[in-house]
Amino acid sequence: MTGQPGTGRRPDGAAFVIAALLAIFGAVLLWDAGRLPQDGGYAGIGPAAMPKVIGGVLILLAVLTALNGLKRAVASVPRQNPVPLLWIGGGVALQIALLHVIGFIIATGLLFAATARAFGERRLPLALAAGFALSFIVYGIFDRLLQLNLPAGPLETLIFGG
Amino acid sequence: MSTFDFLLQGLGTAMDPMILLYALIGVTLGTAVGVLPGIGPALTVALLLPVTYGLDPAGSLIMFAGIYYGGMYGGSTTSILLNTPGESASIVTALEGNRMARAGRGGPALATAAIGSFVAGLLATLALAFLAPHIVKLALVFGPREYFALMILAFVTVSAAFGESALKGLTSLFIGLGLAVIGIDGLTGQARMSFGVPQLLDGIEVTTLAVALFALGEALFVAAQTNGHDDKVEALNGPVAMTKADWRRSWPAWLRGSAIGFPIGAMPAGGADIASFLSYGTEKKMSKHPEEFGHGAIEGVAGPEAANNAAAAGTLVPLLTLGLPTTATAAIILAAFQQFGLQPGPLLFATAPDLVWGLIASLLIANFMLLVLNLPLIRFWVMLLRIPRHWLYAGILLFATLGTIGVNPSPVELTMLLLFGFLGYGLRLYGYPIAPVVVGLILGPMAEQQLRRALAIAQGDWTTLVSTPLSASLLGIAALALIVPMLMRLRGKGQVLAQIAGDSD
Repeated sequence: MTGQPGTGRRPDGAAFVIAALLAIFGAVLLWDAGRLPQDGGYAGIGPAAMPKVIGGVLILLAVLTALNGLKRAVASVPRQNPVPLLWIGGGVALQIALLHVIGFIIATGLLFAATARAFGERRLPLALAAGFALSFIVYGIFDRLLQLNLPAGPLETLIFGG
Repeated sequence: MSTFDFLLQGLGTAMDPMILLYALIGVTLGTAVGVLPGIGPALTVALLLPVTYGLDPAGSLIMFAGIYYGGMYGGSTTSILLNTPGESASIVTALEGNRMARAGRGGPALATAAIGSFVAGLLATLALAFLAPHIVKLALVFGPREYFALMILAFVTVSAAFGESALKGLTSLFIGLGLAVIGIDGLTGQARMSFGVPQLLDGIEVTTLAVALFALGEALFVAAQTNGHDDKVEALNGPVAMTKADWRRSWPAWLRGSAIGFPIGAMPAGGADIASFLSYGTEKKMSKHPEEFGHGAIEGVAGPEAANNAAAAGTLVPLLTLGLPTTATAAIILAAFQQFGLQPGPLLFATAPDLVWGLIASLLIANFMLLVLNLPLIRFWVMLLRIPRHWLYAGILLFATLGTIGVNPSPVELTMLLLFGFLGYGLRLYGYPIAPVVVGLILGPMAEQQLRRALAIAQGDWTTLVSTPLSASLLGIAALALIVPMLMRLRGKGQVLAQIAGDSD
């Protein structure tokens, strides 16, 4: 918990964001617990008790995190490059959107290529070809041999039959 | 029957050709993921869970345990040759091992790591076999309050006792506990935190969370770093063999490492990473050549590598006898048991002795397989280190999503995977430990059920929780494990604890 020397004494912004998120999570738990029946039965505590405790502690942790932020006690983090995050996040989002439309092989091949791009592979056609080839093999092994049910699209139906 | 008879019977099960094949697949995969930076045993078991739905339970569990053992062997290779630990329990191995490799002594470093892992794995597995029946006998008298106290102890040791900050550890733990609330309450059938989304009624899958935090979170984190990392693979010249002097300096370190690692794994006191740090410190203190530490002392490789294998075997003690996972990998192996409708704990030794003893005996055999895989075949694994990073992570993401799609191809599940992936990235970025989230998710509902059962038995009387000496002392130890490290940090001794930070596996 040692701050980097020479980074100034201003409060840590990230700590407040983390604290806010924790507090929101805690508040949602408390709010949801309020809707549950409060009857405790023989035990004296019912289904609402534990969420209330957890929600309360999360809010307490949020306060402590914010106090630490005032003291600038959250260690500074190295500078982050957001572009790879967008490539990977976008790749997964694209896979979710396309999985049931064009099937496992193409959707997952696209994710593979997007991830390779995030890690600095600039030859996109090569990455796509590798992605389609690998997800084709994986589909063959896991769906056909190991009986895992992977979403099939036109391509899967064409190659492996319905 | 004595332990010895059970073990012999277990060896009978384990020698079945199919079971041997499962064990071989497990240790091979485990070594591979141990060697590859970026994936560890916890993630691999989580990925394989869906694939094993239809397979033989005994074989699958033996495969998973083999992955855990294999990961501990394989991690050392990466630490020594690449200076990037292949998994978290091999971080200290990199300190001395990589120095040895740079000095052209990579061969002896790999040899002492592999043989040390073998010695420790063998001793610790035997210790597991002989200790387990005694703990089972003890555990038979456990009621809900004792289980609740044990789980509280596990929560504290996983989250707050080690690492740089109790606040961060506890935050991770309570994120996991909060996520665990989602779904149907096991005792009353009330839907909690589901907001009318039917997919949330089943709760958060442990595998989805683990895959997201470990695979996706790690990939995002590595990709977003702007400063390049020195990824130079040291060439492996010369034979993978040790000189007489190496042997003389290694074997006491192996034994000490085993003696440190097994109890740490067996008591719910943290995982293999903590054991390896403690072993490194011990070797540094006891060495006759303290000046060599930091420049490639062989004891600094031998001790921690033995310790992390012994601790991996040790964590199987609370897992098998009490159903209590103390590391992320153990938590996911517990999920694997539950997938097959088995609940680890004292009863499992009575209801499925073939399975339990087959598993323990298989681990003995797996150790011999691993020795062969990691000594004569080491050059094959070194080749894995040359896979370019972008292909490696692209492949990891492919398999990560495959695991989730295989269980449940719904967009809701995959969206959770994506969200938790970014959660994992955030946790990593700001130095929050990952393991407490996973352990909180799986142990949270179990602890809640035990607490409510204990209170129901006592008609709502809270003093029941401390009314037996055992439960009172367990809770007392838990309180100490929470308070003492906090005092140590306040007095400026936090550096020691930060060094033995528990991370992922």
